[in-house]
Parts: sequence; C-alpha cells; structure tokens
Amino acid sequence: MIIGILAIVYRIHGLVDVARNTHQKRVTSSNRINAVLLFIFLIAGVAATIWMSFSWFDLYHLPVASEHGKSTDSIFWITMAVTLVVFFITQILLFFFSFRYRYKEKRDAFYYPENNRLEIVWTIVPAIVLSLLIFGGLKAWNNLMDDPPEQSEVVEILGYQFAWRTRYPGNDNQLGAYDYRMIDAENVFGMDFRDRASFDDFSPREVHLPKGKPVLFKIRARDVLHSVFAPHFRLKMDAVPGMPTSFWFIPNKTTEEMRVETGNPDFNYEIACAELCGRGHFSMRLLVVVEEPEDYEKWKSEQKSWLSNNPDYLSKVPEDLKELALLKTGLDKQ
Amino acid sequence: MGKAKLEDKNQNISVEDHGAEHDHDHHQSFITKYIFSTDHKTIAKQYLITGIFWAFIGGMLSVIFRLQLGFPDMELEWLRPLLGKWITETGKLDPEFYLALVTMHGTIMVFFVLTAGLSGTFSNFLIPLQIGARDMASGFMNMLSYWFFFASSVVMFFSLFIETGPASGGWVVYPPLSALPQAISGSGLGMTLWLIAMALFIASTLLGGINYITTIINLRTEGMSFTRLPLTIWAFLLTAILGLLSFPVLFAAALLLIFDRSFGTSFFLSEIFINGEALPNIGGSPILYQHLFWFLGHPEVYIVILPAFGITSEIIATNSRKPIFGYRAMIGSLLAITVLSFLVWAHHMFVSGLNPFLGSVFVLFTLIIAIPSAVKVFNYLTTLWRGNIVFTPAMLFSIGLVSFFISGGLTGIFLGNSAIDIQLHDTYFVVAHFHLVMGSAAFFGMMAGVYHWFPKMFGRMMDARMGYVHFWLTFIGIYLVFFPMHYLGIAGFPRRYYSFTNFDAFNIFTDLNSFISVAAILTFAAQLVFAFNFFYSIFRGRLAPLNPWRSNTLEWTTPRFLGHGNWPGEIPKVYRWPYDYSKPGAREDFIPQNVPLSVTPESNLPSEKEKVDAENRRTKEKSVNEK
Ligand code: HEM
Ligand SMILES: [Cu+2]
Ligand SMILES: [Cu+2]
Repeated sequence: MIIGILAIVYRIHGLVDVARNTHQKRVTSSNRINAVLLFIFLIAGVAATIWMSFSWFDLYHLPVASEHGKSTDSIFWITMAVTLVVFFITQILLFFFSFRYRYKEKRDAFYYPENNRLEIVWTIVPAIVLSLLIFGGLKAWNNLMDDPPEQSEVVEILGYQFAWRTRYPGNDNQLGAYDYRMIDAENVFGMDFRDRASFDDFSPREVHLPKGKPVLFKIRARDVLHSVFAPHFRLKMDAVPGMPTSFWFIPNKTTEEMRVETGNPDFNYEIACAELCGRGHFSMRLLVVVEEPEDYEKWKSEQKSWLSNNPDYLSKVPEDLKELALLKTGLDKQ
Repeated sequence: MGKAKLEDKNQNISVEDHGAEHDHDHHQSFITKYIFSTDHKTIAKQYLITGIFWAFIGGMLSVIFRLQLGFPDMELEWLRPLLGKWITETGKLDPEFYLALVTMHGTIMVFFVLTAGLSGTFSNFLIPLQIGARDMASGFMNMLSYWFFFASSVVMFFSLFIETGPASGGWVVYPPLSALPQAISGSGLGMTLWLIAMALFIASTLLGGINYITTIINLRTEGMSFTRLPLTIWAFLLTAILGLLSFPVLFAAALLLIFDRSFGTSFFLSEIFINGEALPNIGGSPILYQHLFWFLGHPEVYIVILPAFGITSEIIATNSRKPIFGYRAMIGSLLAITVLSFLVWAHHMFVSGLNPFLGSVFVLFTLIIAIPSAVKVFNYLTTLWRGNIVFTPAMLFSIGLVSFFISGGLTGIFLGNSAIDIQLHDTYFVVAHFHLVMGSAAFFGMMAGVYHWFPKMFGRMMDARMGYVHFWLTFIGIYLVFFPMHYLGIAGFPRRYYSFTNFDAFNIFTDLNSFISVAAILTFAAQLVFAFNFFYSIFRGRLAPLNPWRSNTLEWTTPRFLGHGNWPGEIPKVYRWPYDYSKPGAREDFIPQNVPLSVTPESNLPSEKEKVDAENRRTKEKSVNEK
C-alpha cells in the first residue's frame, strides 16, 4: 500500500513538472526551500546542542575520584572547549555559506581555484593547536603509566566469564604464585600452594581501598579478554589471558564522601567490564569501597585467608611448608 | 546507437524524445549481459544493488537490537516467527543473539555496504568513464571480483540462519572469544563461516583493487594527466592502494585464527581455563591479533571514507558552480592520509596492555592525521564560499557528509589522546564518533553518488523531491540517533551491552535510550523512500538529459544509454582540468574537459593563452616546413 501511495506521489510530481516545465529551468523553488531549511537546521542544531549539554550536565558528568583523573579530566575539558569552538565555527560556515550562496540567476560564482597561503595557514594552525593538546595529554599519560610507587596497596583482579574475583596479598604483602592449570571450581585463581606467599592471600567479595594511598591493580583474565573499567576513577585496562596487565592510581574520595557529593545515599563505586567477553558481558559488576586508611586497615585485619576458608587445599601444600601454612592461616589453633 | 552520435554533447534532449536506444549488443545473451558481465557498468550496478540489499539487512539488524536497548522491558514475542529460538521463553531477546546482531551489523555495514557497495560501485562505474577508457584493464578479473563478493555475501548471509547463530565476537572478532566455541556459541560454525566469507571478500577486494590501479595508471585518454584527474579518481586510486596493502594483513590474521580454531596452534591463545578445563595452548598473544586486525582496521576506515570524499569533492564543485578549492591541496591531503593511515593503528589499543611508550608514539601520529582531515574540511567550506549553489539531492547529501565529518572528526581528537581515551575507550562515545565520521559520512557519500550518477547509470532521473524528503529525514534522523550518544559515552556507558540495568552508574538516561531507538527506527523507515525512488526510477524515471548537472567530467559526454565500450565513436581527448566552473569570460558556467583551449579564447587564463599561442606557432611552423 505504501508503495502504491509513493507511486502516485511520484507520478503526480512527474506530471506537475511537465506541466510547469520545471525541468527546463536551472533550479526550482525547492532550491530556496532547501537553503532555508539548512539555515533552520543550523539554528535548531546549535540550540539543541547547547540545551542538551547544559540540562543533562549532572547526568553525564561523572564526579572524579582519583588523582590522575583530575588531570585527564582537565585535558578532556580543554579539548572540549577547543573542539567546540572549531565545531561551531565550521558548522556555522558550512550551513551559512550554503544558505547565503544559494543559486541566483544573476550571480556568477567566484572563480577561486586556490590560495597557497590559506592552505599553509590552515595546516599550521591546527598543527600547533593539536601539539598543545597532545603535549598536555602525553604528560598526564606518562605520569600515570609510570611505575607504581613502592608502597602501593596491591589488589589482584581476575576476570572470567562472567564475574570478577579479587585477591589481596595478605600480611606478607606478596601475592602468591599461580598457574592456570591449577584452577578448579574453588581455586579460581589457580593459586599455587607450593609458594608460601599464597598462604595468607585473601579473596574478598568486594574491593576495599584506602583513600589517598597509591593502589596497584594487577589484572588478569583466565578465559577471554575482559576489561576493568572503573568510571569514577577514570580507570580502564584490559584483562588479557596469558598476559597480566596493571594500572595504578590514587583514590581520593571515600564512598561516604561520594555519597555526600552526589547526594545519593546509595552511591557505590562500581567496576564494569568494557571488553566484549560473551553472553554475560553486561553483568560483570564488582563493588568497590573506598574508606579512610584506618578503616581500611581494620577491614584488612579482619579478613581470613583463602586457605583458612578452604582447608582442603592444605593437602596441596608441600610437607616441609605445612607447619608454616598452619601457622599463617591460623588453622593450627583449631 | 547511431542516433546518439547526432546529439550535441552539451545539449539537453527533451522529454518527448524518448529515443528507443536500447543497448544493441544483440549477440550477448542475457547471462553474459546481466549476470556474468565483464562490462564495468554492469558490474558497478551489481555491486550497487547488492550493497543496497546488504544495507537493508544491516539496518534491520540494528532496528532489532535498538528495540532491546530502547525498551528493555518490551515483550518481543511477536518477533518469534522471525527469530525463532533467539526469543527466550520470557519473550526477551537472547543476550548472545544480541551480540550476534551487533557483530553482523558491524561486519555488514563496514565491509559489505561501505567497502564493497561504495568502492565497488563507484570505482567500477566512474574510473573508465572519467578517465576516458572503454572498460577496465581486465574485464574478466573485474567480473571475478564481483562474483567473489557475491560468494562471500552468500556465505555471510547463510550464517545468519544457522543453529548456533552467526559470529558474535564483535566486528573485530578478537580472540580468544572468537577462537573458542565454548566461550560463545557464535564462535562455532558461525565464526567459521565469517572467516570463510571474509577470505572471499578479501580476494574480491584485491582483484578489484589491482584492476582499479592498473586501469587508472594505464588507460587514461590522451591529455588526461594525473594533474587533470578528477578528485574522484584520485580518491579511488588511493583507496585501492590502501586496500591492496592492508587487506592481506587481515587475511593473515584470519588465517592464523583459523589455525588456532581448527588445528591446535597457539598464535593468539595462552593460559586459558574455560568450562572447567585448562587448554593446552601456551605462549600465544591476543594482542598480536589486535595489531594485525587494526593494521587493516584503521586503513579500512579510510578505505571507506576516501571514495566518499572523492564523490563529494566532485559534487560540491559541480553544484557550487566553482572549481574545487585547492585541488592540489586536496590531492596532497589524500596522499598524506593514505600514508599516515598505516601509522596510527594502535590508537585502538591504548588500554589493551600495550607498552605505554608505544602508545605515545601512536598518539603523535594519530593527531597528525587529523591535520590533512581538517584541511579537507576547510577546502570544502571555501569551495562553497561565493558559489552559486544548486541544491540537488546529491549536493545536500554532500553537505551532510561534511557536517558529519566535522562532528565525528572532532571527537577523534579526544580519542586519539591516550590520556582521555582511557575513560572513553569502548564506550558509546566511540560509537558516536565512528558512526558519524565513518558510518554516516561514508553512507552520505554513497547516497550522494547514487543521486548524482543515477542518470548516467540508468539513463533516467530519480525524483528530486523524494530525494529531498529522503535527505531531510535521514540527515535529521542520524543526528538524533548519534549525537546524544556522546553524552552516554561521557557518562561511561560501555559498548556492546545488552542492558544497562545491572549498574547504578548506567541506570540513567533510559528515556534518552528510548528516544534514540525511536529515531533509529524512523530513520530506517525513511530509507524506504529511497528504495522506492531508486527502483521505480530505473523503469519509470523521466529520461535523463545528457548532462543534467552541467558537469565537466568525461562521463557526461557519453550517450544516454551506454553500450559496451562507453563511447560510440572515438574516445574524447582531454584539454583541461575538470574544474573549469564559472571561469571568468566563459560563455557558460562550465567548460567540459574535452573542450580544447583553442576554442575558448575568451576565458583562457594568461598561462593557457601562452600554451595556445605556442601550439599555434608550432602547427604553423610545421605547415611551413611541410611546404
Ligand atoms: C580526525 C581524525 C581521527 C582521529 C583522530 C580518530 C581517532 C580514533 C581513535 C583514537 C579511535 C579509538 C577509540 C577507542 O576505541 O577508544 C577511533 C575509533 C574509530 N574510528 Fe576514528 N579517528 C579519526 C577519524 C576517523 C575516520 C575518518 C574514520 C572513518 C572513516 C574513523 C573511524 C573509526 C572507527 C570505525 C572506530 C571504531 C573502531 C572500533 O570498533 O573500536 N575515524 N578513532
Ligand atoms: Cu566483558
Ligand atoms: Cu583508527
């Protein structure tokens, strides 16, 4: 039916054209209409852009909660300012010229094939502006990709289909060795209990971090690619099977502070997955709690090591280390 | 064909003259003429129609997944007749099938529509016609190129319907996800078919590309020097070179992936534990695949946009009635983009675990490539300035292209700066960026080309007013769909998410997502206006004048219905560049390339006058000598 209507419209247009002999003319009244519409589009587009940017600001603007995030955000907003200026100027010229120089029978177009000076100017000016932008960007990039400070809190994050697991090094501040062939239903990390460093490692359900201290995420994946994405920390790093990656940062607002700042008493930091990993990609949520260092230490001291929660795995510990394992996990007292 | 010769090249023929010039190659059977044809024009139409078919399929897929994103609670039971078991018992879209839709949408749009449909159509159609050649260097290879594409299409289309579903790992098909059927069901047979289809596709692209390059270098008519080539041809040439150098690398990546999938190698696999089982593979690197993929992937985005640039350059000059501003700067920027596009691939991998220092190098090159892109925009703007603009549908689509390219190109400056990209990578900001700068811009280039060259392809006109309606609905629609996505991206919404309700951070903007979906569906529906106009006009359109847009390039010197060989008589010679529009002193506001300088003394520039004088002197001397 739609096709029928379209066909009729089409025929009528054709007949009207023949009657008016419009196809003999260089342009029809449509030319003016299109020119005016382009101009209206420009006005409406500029207005809509401004309106959306202001009225949605609180929705799309995520409060930043890490030290490096402050600098990457400022580069973001500087770039935004620069590109918005260019955006408005070029779009306005595009639509304005189209409107202003629409076909007029009496006007001749201006034969203007080239101007090398102009070309040079608009090659060099963007080059300078872009250099400034990358200069700022690379400075921040180099800082935050630099080696982590010695005394960083280490947290291992492991991605798998379809969840995250975390592991802390425990009192010895050393994560135990792992081997993917040792993974099983309980031992999701493939912890190697021949390594004494793994005895006190603990694996909480959510990530706790101390405010104001450097934190090093050691990131792993055990099946396919995943990506640790913590939007409020401006942090993203892929988790790659067979190739551990890392990202360090300094969280600078506690969860409580963020609740106040956002006015949302239920606010929580979240980690999402940002690399397509399969069916459950959209549901890999990990909670992060940032707290004052004292609270953090307290929380840490309350955690029980993984081995003490899974005493069956004591059988994997070599004989000569058994005693140490019992001691470290506190299992000897039971 | 005899009749065509009588017609003056630049004079319009009236409608009443419904010259019954059908193609008179009676010795050709239907099969050799329309199916296994070696005529570049027929092959171009085959590419175009296949491309349009794929565009509708690709669009349909996006409508389905936009339903899910815009209306996550919607009852989709009514889609069961179409999708069968991919609608779950609760009447929802299966999350894995959602990913399959996204993957196939991307693959189809990037490769089948905007590479084959765009380059395949216009390189084939325009190269011989605009350089003054009777056909491609090898008609047979050209035919083979289309049929490889066709075979690829058949395989890819078939994969949509198999039991385990089509490939679902995203259009970049990163391993290990794409290598392990245990990881996602689309990585079973669907992925195998994807790889086969892409291998065929690459063969097709290479066959086509070699042909385009050879033809442009060898078969230009007398006088058609490189500095007189229309920018369309320059763009097609560089596109073909890009494809020739980068597609083989994708082929290598696909081959290694096939080995990993089927023959137990470990190019991309290492230390994987999945489904309760530790795989034996050790030592491979998923990052290696990403390098190989993006070594093609980034040039690919220019393979998609350069032909669109070529097409708009031609259309904007013609309809502004002005020479393209900075012809040489335009060629220079095309060349710069071609070279640089091989040096920026890792900007897609800043947070992949890539060495951060390497990242900084790629930041540098990425922002350098923005410069020639900016130069092109400035040149377009200056071409419009003080023009005398005729808004044909093709012209409107070209202006739309420039607008999209500005909007999308500027966001590239954010993404290319690695420090900013940490946050924006793999969010809707990237989706907005590449849909504007590549998807929509190249799509508009393709539409502009169709409206502009339809009269030459089919000898008939498309209805202009339907073209206007199509343009306005699409132009507004695309902005409504993709512009708001920037805000989603800045808010952190990740790509390729089935739903956003699992996260507090992303449980906002639900109205906006519904709005985008509605806009997307309407924009898709508007394409039916085009489809109707296109197919109806092929048969019922008003007969086209010989040079409807009063254009300078050689294709408009051919008869209305062209036979094999393009020009019934001699191939025209070329005496000038293609942009003599509104030349001061000239009688008309255009002087076609085949008009000798000696017959336009009134408009010749000083340097051209000298050339004519020198020529005259030489012929005079010659005749004196002969006497
Ligand atoms: C102004 C110059 C440009 C710059 C600086 C630029 C920069 C970037 C960057 C850095 C990314 C990666 C973002 C990320 O994944 O985090 C990207 C993505 C992308 N760009 Fe551009 N770009 C530019 C122009 C173009 C053009 C001209 C096209 C196509 C014609 C294009 C198509 C794409 C596509 C398809 C993606 C997404 C790939 C994916 O699926 O991940 N870009 N761009
Ligand atoms: Cu994921
Ligand atoms: Cu790229």
